[in-house]
Amino acid sequence: MAERSFKKEVEKLRLGDGEVFHGEGILAVTKALLQSGVSYVAGYQGAPISHLMDVLTDSNDILRELGVLFEHSASEAAAAATLAASVNYPLRGAVTFKSTVGTNVASDALANLASGGVLGGALIVVGEDYGEGSSIMQERSHAFAMKSQMWLLDPRPNLPSIVRAVERGFELSEASHTPVMLELRIRACHVHGRFTARNNVRPQFTLRDAMEHPVRDAGRIVLPPASFRHELEKVRERWPAAQQFIRQHGLNEWFSEGAQDFGIILQGGMYNTTVRALELLGLSDAFGNTKVPLYVLNVTYPLVDEEILRFCAAKRGVLLIEEGQPDFIEQNLNSILRKAGLATKVHGKDVHDNIALPMAGEYTPAVVIEGISKFAGWYAPRLAAARRTAVPAPAALAVAQHVHARPPSFCTGCPERPIFTAMKLVERELGAHHMSCDIGCHLFSILPPFNLGSTTMGYGLGWAGAAAFHAPEDGKRAIGIMGDGGFWHNGLTSGVGNAVFNQNDSLLVVVDNSYTAATGGQDILSSAAQNPIRTTRQSIAEAVRGVGVKWVRTVTRTYDLAWMRDALREALTTKERGPKVIVAQSECMLNRQRREEPAARQAAAAGERVVRQRFGVDADTCTGDHSCIRLSGCPSLTIAPNPDPLRKDPVAIVIDSCVGCGLCGEVAHAAVLCPSFYRVDVISNPSAWERFRARARSEVIGFLQGMA
Amino acid sequence: MEARAITIAILAMGGEGGGVLADWIVDLAEHGGYLAQTTSVPGVAQRTGSTIYYIEIFPESEARRAGMDPVLALMPVAGEVDVVIASELMEAGRAVQRGLVTPDRTTLIASTHRVYSMAERTAPGDGRVDSAALLDAARTSAKYFVTQDFAAVAGNAGSVISAALFGALAAAGPLPFAREQFEEAVRRSGAGVEASLAAFRAAANGHVPPPVAPAQEPRLADRIEREFPRPCREILQAGFDRLVDYQDERYAAEFLDRLAPVRDRDRGDFALLRETARYLALWMSYEDAIRVAGLKARAARFERIRQEARVGPAQILEIHDYLYPRIGELADILPAALGHWLLSTAWARRVVELLTRKGKIVQTTSVSGYMKLHLLARMRRSRRRSLRFQTEQRKIGEWLATVVALAGDDYALACEVAECPRLIKGYGETHSRGDAAFGKVMSAVADLRGTSGGAACFRQLRQAALAETSDAC
Repeated sequence: MAERSFKKEVEKLRLGDGEVFHGEGILAVTKALLQSGVSYVAGYQGAPISHLMDVLTDSNDILRELGVLFEHSASEAAAAATLAASVNYPLRGAVTFKSTVGTNVASDALANLASGGVLGGALIVVGEDYGEGSSIMQERSHAFAMKSQMWLLDPRPNLPSIVRAVERGFELSEASHTPVMLELRIRACHVHGRFTARNNVRPQFTLRDAMEHPVRDAGRIVLPPASFRHELEKVRERWPAAQQFIRQHGLNEWFSEGAQDFGIILQGGMYNTTVRALELLGLSDAFGNTKVPLYVLNVTYPLVDEEILRFCAAKRGVLLIEEGQPDFIEQNLNSILRKAGLATKVHGKDVHDNIALPMAGEYTPAVVIEGISKFAGWYAPRLAAARRTAVPAPAALAVAQHVHARPPSFCTGCPERPIFTAMKLVERELGAHHMSCDIGCHLFSILPPFNLGSTTMGYGLGWAGAAAFHAPEDGKRAIGIMGDGGFWHNGLTSGVGNAVFNQNDSLLVVVDNSYTAATGGQDILSSAAQNPIRTTRQSIAEAVRGVGVKWVRTVTRTYDLAWMRDALREALTTKERGPKVIVAQSECMLNRQRREEPAARQAAAAGERVVRQRFGVDADTCTGDHSCIRLSGCPSLTIAPNPDPLRKDPVAIVIDSCVGCGLCGEVAHAAVLCPSFYRVDVISNPSAWERFRARARSEVIGFLQGMA
Repeated sequence: MEARAITIAILAMGGEGGGVLADWIVDLAEHGGYLAQTTSVPGVAQRTGSTIYYIEIFPESEARRAGMDPVLALMPVAGEVDVVIASELMEAGRAVQRGLVTPDRTTLIASTHRVYSMAERTAPGDGRVDSAALLDAARTSAKYFVTQDFAAVAGNAGSVISAALFGALAAAGPLPFAREQFEEAVRRSGAGVEASLAAFRAAANGHVPPPVAPAQEPRLADRIEREFPRPCREILQAGFDRLVDYQDERYAAEFLDRLAPVRDRDRGDFALLRETARYLALWMSYEDAIRVAGLKARAARFERIRQEARVGPAQILEIHDYLYPRIGELADILPAALGHWLLSTAWARRVVELLTRKGKIVQTTSVSGYMKLHLLARMRRSRRRSLRFQTEQRKIGEWLATVVALAGDDYALACEVAECPRLIKGYGETHSRGDAAFGKVMSAVADLRGTSGGAACFRQLRQAALAETSDAC
């Protein structure tokens, strides 16, 4: 079960003609898919697309009513390959994943799909994780659209525009026989807004129709000579068809087109930021009634030459607001203008004189204000003078030294933390080892307090990232880390199969917490829970043995620090050669608490015996050296002012959010730290015997305490 | 003036309920005749990292008059934020640092409690940032600054901080809605409504300072009052009481005796006497197994834990202590000769080490568990004869002699040396490491004595040693 439930919200997917939908962008996308008569949807979770997958999961009943198939794909490649259903049949299909990491994985299938082209509309919804808070490399989906020649939509970030992009996207795809990518920036995915709904549409032609009446066309398959024809088809037929459709249906937008002899061309996704910048510069009102002409590219690839020339023809210069690098659109724009012999000056990521906007980095409002301010200053100094200057806070600079970066970290009670605590303990004995990391919550190991891990090469590639390190007979072994999500995504073949085949002697630790935890707790093959619409409970250890690993250990309780430490030590020191795998199992605490906490509360209220556990630190025996925190980092294990008037250093303290996982006690034992930790069991609705025993104990102990 | 959006930024840490607060504000606005837009960047920032929720609201009547929807921004602009809500004090500092809080327009609502950063928590000594500096920055940057420990307000009401912050927002009044409308929004959300409303009201009704108990004149031992200067008396008394509790009156009297030479040589503001007293008292009450057992067994501790864990009258409390006595700690509390014998006799060592291979979890609330601690604590009477007692007294004597010797001709260095025992912390290996670091730093005294900058140099040495001991774990 995923971290966030949309059970209540998905009822909004049933809204009909004229009703107003209020909600999150991602939910609006789902509604738009249903309004477009989509036949099948597939995808792989990952912010900011996780919620789209969760919405689809929670709306499975509604999807079934409409005859829509939904798959949790094994990977983005699997999702993209699903679109093959639209090659030969008039079926509309949509897939979704995080970009650019997911698009990287999917690109083989996408390239094949784009080469042969599609009959039914094929939409790829990518969540662009760029800028502040992003957890991936900073690249552009734009490059994938260009290289495979798929069309790229980047709509204005409001719900009506996003819904329209979905609906028109399918039509564009069908009109040009080309898959279409819909790029949603991270804030647009999570934007709350409203739009007027339309009825859902049940697909006319169904998947069953296709299976009953199969169709094949060798001309759509990538094999010579068809593949060479595909390339010509792309430029001679599909490209012009797309440009014509974009023009005819007005996918791109103009605002105040003739207001000045200069103007701004922008990606649709940058519209709100641009209008806010204009508003603050006194060049627009709050509704986007701008004094500067705007040409908004809701389709950023391909550009429509006629529209560009129309906008630029009577302008001395244009400013291009294009977020991300390389400056693909700017190069394209210059090429179109120069070929047409227009002398309109293009300002954007200028590198020499007249720099308007930076080449790289997020285009925050501050950056765009600066850029437009300069641009307007060059072309209309009087207009630009109206800028309202913000009053800076005097303390902003001085306070910086007191504000620490606060990156994400393992949650309270996280079962992954003890794995890395155990590694720290083993490192004390055996020294540091080379460690190759993966993608997932476990990557937080690279940050304090653990500071473990050297590289991450991508999802599921944790062990492959250590492939070059074959340990000599008497040398140190390298360690690869992989989560259960990455394992099933591709790690079983790219990591485990690869190590077996190449006779690698290193160690893989698979972090098996029953979910793809980092993306929001979605189920996978090895999830421990029964899932009504998916097959779960497949064993990672068996899969590993199945591809030939002989040395496999399963630690079924990662909080058992001694067990975890001993397993690691054995794997790193055993004389046995060959790849070694430790499956480290314990359920993601976030998910476990979400399930167990309400259940325990209910049981206690119903009069059942319930034990609540939490940990504590005795302040009077804590000497304030904090090594317990350095070996754990748990948010619930923190510091407090020392209650002792003689001591100055803060003491360790366990705060209320403690879930009683027991790691701090285990650390105190395994690292032989101090006698300050204790566990408290609070028993609700104890049995008669327990009550009697507790009374007797307290009598005796009370007497002895009186003696002291 | 042209209509514009009201802008609201919430700075919080992932999983802290910032999203709930944002949802309440949106619901409040949408039911109050406003259009609302909120955005956030969830992703992995949700995993305890700091994150921003951003909301813009716009009067629906203005939109109707214009016949258009407003274009609302998805990111805050420095200097253009009307309301900033910070769920914690360092996050308030972050808002100031990012320029979101400005004196011309921002209402800043911030909780004064601290959620310490990883750097603050893992520092070996005291790595906390200065809360006063954060408060100052917030106060000088905001147009209106509303502050209170909203975590405590929420906790007292049995709810979470988002409800208290929402209450503070209602009372602060930067938004064009009445308090009833705020409460309606909480009710509509449907989950934990009563607890949320209790926290909401507690915060909205403003800060009622708890009654301050009249400061009590500290009760002083006669000798302290008679023989020691006023500025040091409180510390001395704390040390004195600690040592009576630790051993007996005689031991506490020895503490005062030992300080007399320092007092006689302290010709400054008695900083040397005060700090020497502090670390002498702590050192003299070193944590051996007897001390730990005594602290763990006392009734006051049981009561404190009962309150912290909020144990109801019908519930049973069980306390399980994580202890790991090892051969060193056992030898420590044995009579010196026996302790030496144990440590230097191979077969005896092996037997004890075999018995103490693993950590023990003692159920202190059971009779057998309690008896162990009780009997151990009673060994206090024979402590003076123990191995550890003799070692520690010798080391204390050496350190104290150095302080006394320096006090006359290098007061600054003497003060630094007085603080040096701060390096010795913890138990077992941690203690050994600290002890070694102490020895190393102290060996520099001879070279630094009387040199200019010697004290500063010694201080740096001490800090470096502290950092080094913490690198080991």
